Order: sequence, then C-alpha cells, then structure tokens
Amino acid sequence: MRRLTLPVLALLCSFAAAPAAAVTSGSAAPDFVLKSAAGSNVRLSEMRGQVVMINFWASWCGPCRQEMPLLEKLQQRYARLGFVMLGVNVEEQSQAAQKFLKDVPVSFPILWDTSNSVSRLYAVKAMPTSVIVDRDGKVRYIHPGYKAGDENTYSDTVRALLRE
Amino acid sequence: MRRAATPLLIVAALALGGCAIEPWVAPYERANLSDPIMSFSRDPVSASYMNHVHEVREGARGAGSAGGGGCGCN
Amino acid sequence: MAATRSGQRYGLLAALLLAGGAGAAVLPEDRADLLYHSYDGGGVEVSGPSLLVRKSLGDSVSVYGNHYVDTVSSASIDVLTTASPYADERTEQGAGVDYLRDGTTLSLAYTNSDESDYKADTVSFDISQDMFGDLTTVTLGYSQGNDKIGKSNDPAFAATATRQHYRVGLSQVISKNMLLALNLETITDQGFLNNPYRSVRYLDPLSALGYSYEPEIYPATHTSDAVALRARYYLPYRAAVYGEYRRYGDTWGIDANTWEIGYLHPWRENWLLEFRLRQYSQEAADFYSDLFPRQQAQNFLARDKELSTFSSRSLGVTVSYDPGLHWNFIERTAFTLSLDHIQFNYEDFRDLTKAAAPGSEPLYEFTANVLQLYVSLWY
Repeated sequence: MRRLTLPVLALLCSFAAAPAAAVTSGSAAPDFVLKSAAGSNVRLSEMRGQVVMINFWASWCGPCRQEMPLLEKLQQRYARLGFVMLGVNVEEQSQAAQKFLKDVPVSFPILWDTSNSVSRLYAVKAMPTSVIVDRDGKVRYIHPGYKAGDENTYSDTVRALLRE
Repeated sequence: MRRAATPLLIVAALALGGCAIEPWVAPYERANLSDPIMSFSRDPVSASYMNHVHEVREGARGAGSAGGGGCGCN
Repeated sequence: MAATRSGQRYGLLAALLLAGGAGAAVLPEDRADLLYHSYDGGGVEVSGPSLLVRKSLGDSVSVYGNHYVDTVSSASIDVLTTASPYADERTEQGAGVDYLRDGTTLSLAYTNSDESDYKADTVSFDISQDMFGDLTTVTLGYSQGNDKIGKSNDPAFAATATRQHYRVGLSQVISKNMLLALNLETITDQGFLNNPYRSVRYLDPLSALGYSYEPEIYPATHTSDAVALRARYYLPYRAAVYGEYRRYGDTWGIDANTWEIGYLHPWRENWLLEFRLRQYSQEAADFYSDLFPRQQAQNFLARDKELSTFSSRSLGVTVSYDPGLHWNFIERTAFTLSLDHIQFNYEDFRDLTKAAAPGSEPLYEFTANVLQLYVSLWY
C-alpha cells in the first residue's frame, strides 16, 4: 500500500492544470454578453463609464439568497450616481432562480449564464462571488463568498469608486 | 484492515503535499450536490438513533452513520 | 441494568460529531429536532424522547445540546432464561461546539450517559479540513471514554472500563452528481467489558436440564477496526440513490459485513420519501459458544447473542412532510415518520425457552420494529 502513495500523489497533482487566465484586481474586466431575465442581451463593455458590480449567484446557494435583498438595497442607493448591479445566475436551468426572484424581486438585471461560460471566464472560486469593476472597465475588487456584514465592504468600495 | 495507519499516511501526505488542483467540479456546478437529498447526514437526530440501535444488537462498531458530505456548496 | 454492551454508548456521540463536521466549510444549520423513538422486538421494548438543538453564535461558532432517554422494559430471551424481567431508564446528555475558520472546522464534544448501574463519560475532538478546491474534506477525530459499571443486585460490585476512538474520514466530490465518503475507525477498550448479568451455559450431567450456567468472562482488552465506504448519486429527475459497505474486524475474532442501499424521492414539493434495505452479517467471537462442553472450559467464555454468528436484514421507509410553515423566527418546519422492520437470524444461538436435548433446541430468531417520529424546526 505504501508503494502506492507516491504514484497516487503524482496522479492527483497532475490534475493541476494551468489556471484559466486569472481575473485579478487591476486587470481589465473580461467582456461578455448574456441574455437577461428581461429578454434583452446585456454586454458588459456597454456599461463603460459606470461602476459595475457583477454578482455570481445560484438559488441553491444559501448565502447567495441571503445577500440578494442587500444587493437590491445597494442598487437602489447608488444607481442614480452611476452604479449598476449585474446578477449573473450560474444555474443550467433557470426555473428555481425565477421562482426565487418572485419571492425576492430585484430591480437590477439578472443575467442567465446557463452554459457557465462567464463563470469560467471569471474563474469563479466560491458561491457567491462578487466582482466590482470601475468606470474604466478595470476589475478593482473580488470578493469570494458572503457573510453577514460583507455588504458594508461592498458599499464602501462602490462609494469610493464612484468618487474617482 | 488492522493497519488504519496506512490510509492515514496517504491522507496526511496529500494534505501536506499541498499540490494545487484545479477542481473538476467548479463551485458554480454544485446545484445537485447541494440538494438536501445528497446529504450523508440529513437528519442527525435520526441517524444517531439508528446508529445506536445497530450498535446495541451487533458485534460491529465504528465508522457508522453519517460521515461528512463536504461539497463546498455554500 | 447494564442491559447493553458498553460500546454502544459512543454511537450517539460519534454520529452527532460526524454530522457536525459535515458540509464543506459551512457550519451546520440552526435547527431543533424533537424525536420520539420506539424499539419493539425480541421481548424488549425501548422508547423515549430525544431532543437535539443547534444554534450558531456569530459567523464561526455553532453549539448544540442533546438530551436522550431510553426507557427499557425487558423480557428478552436472555432475561427469560437466566434472570427475571426488568425495567430501567438510561439518560444521555451531550453538548458540543464547532468552530469554523477558513475551511477548517474544529469540534469539541462531551457526553454523559447515566443508568442505575452504568455511568459513562466521553470527550471527543475532531478536526475537519477542506482541500483541493473544496472537492475533498478530510476529518481526523479522537474520543476518550470512561465507564463505571455497577451491579443492581450487588452493591459491592464496582468495575471500570476506558475506551479510545481514532477516526479518519474523507469525503470526495466525484462529479456534479456524485459524492463518495470513506471512513475508518479504530476503537480500543480496556477494563471490564462484559455484561455483569449474563451467563454462559455448559453441559452438566448432574443438572435436570442437562446443562447449567456460570458467569461469562470476556478478555479485558478489545481492539476493533471498521472501514466504511459510502456513495450517493443524484438522478436526473431529482432523486438520489445511495449505497454503503462496511467491513469490520476485531481482536475477539468477530468479522462483520454491512450493506445498505437506499433511494430518496421528493414528491409534490412538500414530501420526501426514502426507502432502504440493510443487510448485516457477522462471524462469532473466538470465545463464544452456545453450549460449552464443561464448566470453566476455557479462560474466556461468552454466550451473548451479539457475539454469535448471525445475520439481520432490515427494510426501512421514511416519509417527511414540510407544510411550508414559517412564522416569526421559524424559517421552516418538517414532520417525519420513519419505520424499520428488522429480522434477526442466529446461526449458533439456541432458543432455550423451547425444551429439547441440550444443543438441539431450535435456533433463535426474532423480528423488531423501530419507529421514529420527529418534528424539525429551522430558525
């Protein structure tokens, strides 16, 4: 059995593929187009000039559901100052998410990433993940996960970027 | 089977090896895994009771009941 | 009465702990469960409540408390042949805390079990770590138990036993639809490990029955290893199947295999149905015999049916109903009914209530019904 340890380890390590072009703070936000819940296509680059927060979420993810109403508050507070929230739903099938949105309605665009191409593009490492993009289209802040109080950090970051 | 140490060594080697693995199931692909029906311990109060019922009447013991369903869903 | 063997006292605790460590980098949900349980089979009736309450404190700490009662009335085969029926009560109290930080969960727990002639204290520590992009969770655990054994008909009798558990667990995401879990546990105990009330029988030409009884004698040490592999698979129409295999071996010569398969089927939004089949079989301990050839035939003697060669088969059904109720701080409720029917078939333990020449009595068998009824609240 011990003779197997090294080969097993080597095999497991061989799964370590080169990571997808990492989205890091300071890099240009990769552009994408997704169909929105309203039916129209939304392209990220068309938001240039605004501060954009991209939130990757799923209806099966508890913390995502928890932060949704708080994201709506953020949208309501900063929309008129040049801010837009994009809720990127990562589910292959959208029914559960649509049902959830009936209970917790939001005014910002919900985008369907049913093929996960955008989730892959942004190398989403946790659910939820929030990415904040500045007016010049640069990624300025990446936040994996959500726990109570994180909305204050979102708010501070958005406010600072709006002032730039 | 008497040697619980060998698997332990493998686990420790993996843990300490620290090789970075690109997950083959991404966090956003865990819709099904996060469903409560996929939990190894859906109702702890019931699982522990059944475990008790079995251990009282059987010679075997240990490694019973639910043991972590980690799917990193949330 | 120490109607039960000592090892069982850890089952509840271990299960609670393992459940506590479950779920990668998330603390267990805040919930309370009130369970009524009932076991009826082989002349033994055991019933009582169990209450398990869990609550998180802040983002990284979750605490729980458990209160469990067994009210026993026994006219089991052992009692009918060598003693008189009795009633007793066992109370178990437990408390634990889980601390989560950056994918590592630390768990600490204490359990106390108390019956008139048996007291047991256990402390446990478990550490669980997510790794490899949260696809893998590794858990290491240790428990220590101290038992004090008495005898209801002999106030002078006092004995002790100590127990240590070493656990390793690995759970692995295999695919978008499949989970695997591997658990290993070594348990080693020392001290007074048998049941002070139980006897063995031996051939005795001077007795009218042809046999007589003498107290059983177990070795003072016992070490066991168990390894279990569990898999769960999500079916495309939202249902799940699971399978489990456990292999067990110990220094007393018992070898056991357990198989279990099950199917979970959500129905109409509010209902969840589960069906399961379980098969257990074991080879007897080296020092077990239904009938020893003479008095003091060997240094260790046992005639516990739990140490004999036998198999059991069970069929279980669980129905859970979530009425969609939520009010105030209660977010969700569920009502669950669970039934298991178990058939035990002994291969070298004879039914002495049926008169026959010693060693030719019919083999013992019995069925048991296990009922659980519980209410769960999430808050």
